[in-house]
Amino acid sequence: MRVGVVTFPGSLDDRDAQRAVRLAGGEPVALWHGDHDLKGVEAIILPGGFSYGDYLRAGAIASFSPIMADVVDAANAGMPVLGICNGFQMLAEARLIPGAHTRNAHQQFIRRDQRLVVENARTDWTNGFTEGQEITIPLKNADGRFIADAETVKRIEGEGQVAFRYVGVNPNGSMDDIAGVTNARGNVVGLMPHPEHAVEEGFGPDTPAAMSSGVDGLTFFTSVLERALAK
Amino acid sequence: MTDQTDRAPHDAEMIDVRPEGHVPDTVANAAATPDREQPYGALGLKADEYAKIREILGRRPTSGELAMYSVMWSEHCSYKSSKIYLRQFGQKVSPAMKKNLMVGMGENAGVVDVGGGWAVTFKVESHNHPSYIEPFQGAATGVGGIVRDIISMGARPVAVMDQLRFGDIDAPDTARVVDGVVGGISFYANCLGLPNIGGETYFDAVYQGNPLVNALAVGVLRHEDLHLANARGVGNKVVLFGARTGGDGIGGASILASDTFSSGGPTKRPAVQVGDPFAEKVLIECCLELFRDELVEGIQDLGAAGISCATSELASNGDGGMFIELDNVLLRDPSLTAEEILMSESQERMMAVVRPEKLDAFLAVVAKWDVETSVLGEVTDTGRLVINWHGEEIVNVEPRTVAVDGPVYERPVAYPSWIDALQADSASSLPRPTGNAVLREQFLELLGSPNLADKSWVTNQYDTYVLGNTALSFPDDGGMIRVDEETGLGFAIATDANGRYCQLDPKQGARLALAEAYRNVAVTGAVPAAVTDCLNFGSPEDPEVMWQFSQAVEGLADGCLELEIPVTGGNVSFYNQTGTRPIHPTPVVGVLGVIDDVAKRIPSGWQDEGDNIYLLGTTSLELDGSAWAGVVHDHLGGRPPAVDLAAEAQLAQLLHAGGDQSLIAAAHDLSDGGLAQALAEAVMRFGVGARVWLGEVLERDGIDVATALFSESTGRVIVSVPREDDVRFRGLCEGRGYPVARIGVTDAQSGSLEVQDVFTVSVDELRSTHRGTLPARFGATIGE
Repeated sequence: MRVGVVTFPGSLDDRDAQRAVRLAGGEPVALWHGDHDLKGVEAIILPGGFSYGDYLRAGAIASFSPIMADVVDAANAGMPVLGICNGFQMLAEARLIPGAHTRNAHQQFIRRDQRLVVENARTDWTNGFTEGQEITIPLKNADGRFIADAETVKRIEGEGQVAFRYVGVNPNGSMDDIAGVTNARGNVVGLMPHPEHAVEEGFGPDTPAAMSSGVDGLTFFTSVLERALAK
Repeated sequence: MTDQTDRAPHDAEMIDVRPEGHVPDTVANAAATPDREQPYGALGLKADEYAKIREILGRRPTSGELAMYSVMWSEHCSYKSSKIYLRQFGQKVSPAMKKNLMVGMGENAGVVDVGGGWAVTFKVESHNHPSYIEPFQGAATGVGGIVRDIISMGARPVAVMDQLRFGDIDAPDTARVVDGVVGGISFYANCLGLPNIGGETYFDAVYQGNPLVNALAVGVLRHEDLHLANARGVGNKVVLFGARTGGDGIGGASILASDTFSSGGPTKRPAVQVGDPFAEKVLIECCLELFRDELVEGIQDLGAAGISCATSELASNGDGGMFIELDNVLLRDPSLTAEEILMSESQERMMAVVRPEKLDAFLAVVAKWDVETSVLGEVTDTGRLVINWHGEEIVNVEPRTVAVDGPVYERPVAYPSWIDALQADSASSLPRPTGNAVLREQFLELLGSPNLADKSWVTNQYDTYVLGNTALSFPDDGGMIRVDEETGLGFAIATDANGRYCQLDPKQGARLALAEAYRNVAVTGAVPAAVTDCLNFGSPEDPEVMWQFSQAVEGLADGCLELEIPVTGGNVSFYNQTGTRPIHPTPVVGVLGVIDDVAKRIPSGWQDEGDNIYLLGTTSLELDGSAWAGVVHDHLGGRPPAVDLAAEAQLAQLLHAGGDQSLIAAAHDLSDGGLAQALAEAVMRFGVGARVWLGEVLERDGIDVATALFSESTGRVIVSVPREDDVRFRGLCEGRGYPVARIGVTDAQSGSLEVQDVFTVSVDELRSTHRGTLPARFGATIGE
């Protein structure tokens, strides 16, 4: 399966996302923000970083990149799209998912190994998990505070669009401890923590079993691959 | 040598004069008006230096030439006070030290062959003075500058680390500086996508008003991708690309705009540069693509002295001639004068030398990354650097006289009047505790003291994960990065400097810094291979400071020769003093090591139940300059611990062999705070407790309990060894004759550190003591 990873000016975790796809058994395909070309991929990842230096608002300028028009069309046609951190912010700016992001409540950049609970295990990117399962993946952001108006929060909570919630510590002041959301169809998922940094033994978060051995993030990528195979 | 950083502050920054209708000073004008007075003193040049410039040129310099000479002959760019000492790093070398050295001192950064066709380039540099004036931007642009040095070698930057020293933690201004510096590093390096994998954070009143902000960067390249910055090939184009040139970071340039001085001119320009990490990130990717597609002959970064430095250094290192039309520089502020353009230290700029037939392809790549660019001129064979402005010649110099053949000083050196008395005041006469309650109390006091306390408040603001190759980072002794995903080949890196030791004895202090950085790399399982240094000192015009400097350089150079690892580059920062009180000499030493497979790395903490804990090395009464003396007795005196570099090398070989055979589960260096601190850290790393007994060590070494716990004797490491590997490990130690004593066993169930017959402290109490100190001053650590 070919999975596209879009590089924007200021993308940082694009190569990490490509590695994650490869380790999950997929074929990563580099996509460029300035092209109108999805190169025949079957799923798309918008990686983390500081596209356009977070100028204006995180993700705001990137969401108007040429390729984003194609990404939006593909997403609306049902293609799986995953937005990680800055990619999550782009998805919100492009209105593919509800909500928005502001500066962390404590005003600092924060990097930590973050526990999450999986709230929705039916999406294209989460079906390898079970609902209620706890996972630990790295989090690192400055503008990660998820916000939405009360009506939207009520709706996404009611309709199962909250995909992940922070457990133990809410690291940025997000409403309802929301760490990730999905669109109603379940093909577009955005989250603030970084699954692509927990895919390889020796380079992930510490676990009780061993240092740096956490690979909980790999399931995001195997989920989308296996669902594609099942189709 | 192109780093923008601190130099002697001078009054010129405060005077800004803008004449009406400024007319540039041309070469013809300079020849015709030999007697015109020039403000060389306000630019930091001495009368004899100015006379030398006139002698070189055979006339007075134009204002543009004076601008170039003044910045390039500054202490920071010319190394005029340190040069005669730094030569030792090039002279004291053995054949073994040259074996893996691909590029040594004098280039933007040193390059080391790490095997498999891979090379690593690394360097540490200071950004001290800007970081005090404006902590956030000062620290941010410090990261930016050192990263551009790495890029200009043709390497991809893969990691950074910072060596930070602040004033007393309780001083009123410290929180401002800490918050700004850490925020600036976090902002810039995170936005560049570089993992921050280690560093140092110290607090001491001697750094009040003189914080030290050193930044280290590491890059990785294939051997064939190595590039040196030089301007070769007559007719090749000289291209400036990246951010536009603005008025930021100009020292005294505005003075040159006029030959009459008055205060209160129309503009005040900040002398601290402002950083844009997004522009730098784009520049990194753009440069790597230019190198990959072989579109450039060389790339030089612009740092200190901006275009003055880049043009004169490129020309000096190449065919010797260059012609530049300064009007082609893209400006943020069109009102800049020619002199200001020559001196501007605007960030995120690069200068490339491009063959004419490759220029179109070059411009296409630069356009792809939305980077602005302009062709300034070309390489010539005239042997002269000629710069035109509005069609008139404003600079015509031999580039080497600007960039290479600057003044060299043999500054007066004086043995400090106070040092004998300081050395006579040994900590060994301080009362050492014997009662268990006091030992426990002092242990916890040390654990929570600012310099031994947990630094998560700082490091939680840094990204360690980005790029996906971080095998070790804080709080382990060294950072480690995988270089080759196929084979697991990687490097480890650690830095160290103990200003207290150096104050007592700068030569020994430098050797101690080297020994500890070397040991910190060795405990990760890597083999130490090369050294970089950042030598932070007071004013070179103080003969006692020059003595400290000369001693430290000698100690470091001799130490490197003894360990047979070369110094590949570094930086000197003088004038770190307020009034007549200099900082403690602080020679930061960074050691780079190589490991065949990062999967064999050794962490600093215990993870498993029932592993045997061994203490390697012996302990003697060495509390002079120690954390114990400082924290418990507010004492600094005596002579720092002894260093046996041959033993350190032997210890490193032992650790490497043990790591390579997977006999060692954890290894942690003993340094500040001694055995007690090391044990606590090894417990806290993964929350696995231990039972420890000191009897054998007390008897063998003839010491008391307080000395065993708090002495800072060198050449010591604690390791944990799985039971099944015990016999092989002991055999390894005995075969090498290295002193070893079994001092305990790990205990995952107990939830505590028990030093038998002395004290027991729970993991929770260790952690709350260790973690509380920084948040109490600087605000909560997020998520704790």
